[in-house]
Amino acid sequence: MTTAGGAHQETWLDDAAGRLVRPYTVSAGRTRPTHPMELLSWVVATGAPPRGRLEPDHDVALRLCGVATTVAEVAARMRLPAAIAKVVLADLVAVGAVRTRPPSPVADPTDRPILEKLLAGLQQRL
Amino acid sequence: MPDYSNDSDWTPNAFKVLIAGGFGVGKTTFIAATSEIPPLSTEELLTEAGVGTDDLTGVEGKTTTTVALDFGRITIDSENMLYLFGTPGQDRFWFMWDELCHGALGAVVLVDTRRLPDCFAAVDFFESRHMRFLVAVNEFDGTHRYDPPEVRAALSLRPEVPLVMCDARHPRSATAVLVALLRHLMLTDPPPVSANPSIEAGSRA
Repeated sequence: MTTAGGAHQETWLDDAAGRLVRPYTVSAGRTRPTHPMELLSWVVATGAPPRGRLEPDHDVALRLCGVATTVAEVAARMRLPAAIAKVVLADLVAVGAVRTRPPSPVADPTDRPILEKLLAGLQQRL
Repeated sequence: MPDYSNDSDWTPNAFKVLIAGGFGVGKTTFIAATSEIPPLSTEELLTEAGVGTDDLTGVEGKTTTTVALDFGRITIDSENMLYLFGTPGQDRFWFMWDELCHGALGAVVLVDTRRLPDCFAAVDFFESRHMRFLVAVNEFDGTHRYDPPEVRAALSLRPEVPLVMCDARHPRSATAVLVALLRHLMLTDPPPVSANPSIEAGSRA
């Protein structure tokens, strides 16, 4: 499995000019992903070879998914609008290279044991 | 249907806290102080929650806007992560977008006492949405410091809403605000479940 290391250098970025490929070119003009995703949906590479041809941005996104990460982080590290990153990631899901999961299986944000864990974790940082 | 089943072993839970407040109040500074990574930025297409000064039309009044977002993260343990979302502050109504509020644990409303009215919209919105929040006064150096009761009165805060003082530049101080928020979440009743929450922003004159 590949890692996220080094992917930064290959996103076709120029420090002065910013991104050298316009975002909507990356997604071939598409703004709706074929697979539903939220900003905090998780994505991770499956390790399986993609069933289909990939564009360079797909390769970059796939490397960023080497360890489980969120859609928001992939978008930010690729300097893409989240909507476009979702399209790219959904393509990777479609070819079997990435799997995704909603932000939390614990849909209830009032779950007391969870809140206690979050509180304890934050207190350790004080 | 998406293949989500039996996947819960490969990722932690991602919980969301919103950092709200007026322009230049220190939202990104707060995120930088608390996050384990330097704040990241992206843009998201968000649907406005149908709030407007003369919007009485409901669903058809919704608009979609591209909003810049800054965010940071805190790893709590191997199972739980906290994400903090704010905006660089180009739009004081950013927090009205449904997608951002959806699933958020709660919110921090950062306040600069020199510009108290800047946070009225956030306070109104979270109250109308039954989103639990606290108010954190960001004490900039050299600014006149109001007493918490004065700020509370100026914002017409309900008694149950905590008000804390902080310096958003300092990790310990900013993290203490998040601790206060979590304590508040544990002490207060969960928000009532509402399929179609009514929005009554703008009621605060």
